[in-house]
Amino acid sequence: MNARLDAGFADPVHDAQTCFRAVLDAMSHPGRITSVSGVTAPAPLSNAAAAVLLTLADHETPLWLDPDARAAREWIEFHCGTAIVTNQEACAFALALSLPALDRLPAGTHESPETSATVICQVSGFGTGRAFRLSGPGLREPTLLTVNGLPRDFVSIWRRNHAMFPRGIDLILCAGDRLTALPRTVTIEEV
Amino acid sequence: MNDTVSSTQPRQHWMSILARAPAESIEAALTRDGPLPVWTRVRGPETGLVMVRGRAGGSGSPFNLGEMTVTRCTVRIASGTAGHAYVAGRDERQAELAAVADAMLQDDARGVETLVAPLAEAQAAQRRARAEKAAATRVEFFAMRTMRS
Repeated sequence: MNARLDAGFADPVHDAQTCFRAVLDAMSHPGRITSVSGVTAPAPLSNAAAAVLLTLADHETPLWLDPDARAAREWIEFHCGTAIVTNQEACAFALALSLPALDRLPAGTHESPETSATVICQVSGFGTGRAFRLSGPGLREPTLLTVNGLPRDFVSIWRRNHAMFPRGIDLILCAGDRLTALPRTVTIEEV
Repeated sequence: MNDTVSSTQPRQHWMSILARAPAESIEAALTRDGPLPVWTRVRGPETGLVMVRGRAGGSGSPFNLGEMTVTRCTVRIASGTAGHAYVAGRDERQAELAAVADAMLQDDARGVETLVAPLAEAQAAQRRARAEKAAATRVEFFAMRTMRS
């Protein structure tokens, strides 16, 4: 334990509740950008990704950690108490610095689609980069989401994921203190 | 984790003493040679329950004996070393100071002499006093034994 161990949420109960609400709002209104506070993330995690992990991950949810993010491994293990797995197929959450191959992650089964993985993916930023048109449950009218840092063929990757419904991966995009979510139900088109 | 078997044993010893020492005595021991060191809280202090498990006869199948209240704390001192403490009860100050002492002792194990030894001595004296008080009221049954023979 020689690495410098940093603190988690400043106010564990209320910060986790606030972050849970932020994730819930983003999931129920796909593309809505919400923000989190109360945590200073260890490199290379963004504050939003670290807050989502503190809020959602625990000893019952195996986590697959991007090998590029291994510097944060000790912090995650200490504060979340989660088991970090190397087998992507066994994870409940995946933390990635760039979008991983979604077809290697558990997509759930028809009997229990809730056993699929949720991917917490860091992107460079919102409001710049490529624009996507989102539509589906939670959106009365199609909305636009501009994200920098998703792969070039993201729309076709997502089309395959969306087609598996009710199976499929849910995605939480994090940049700095802000996050948004793309649940499996949302339809994404390039603008 | 750099903890090896050789470094774990002394640490178990000092934590067993610190976990039983009241907050005031730990504070007194830490401030004997100057002010308290500066530390930051990494987690807690926070109180929760842990399940205590036992084994019937020491080797039977495990069973849940019951839950006990435990307070834990993790701190980081200026050198960057993290100290951890789990203490029975709800004394947050005790858990925090024990964690600070743990971090300091990991940096310099010579502190065991000045910091832990007096606390251990006080606890041993307390145990002795209690044992003597109990011994004074002990009933010897040898009288009945002699009557029977």
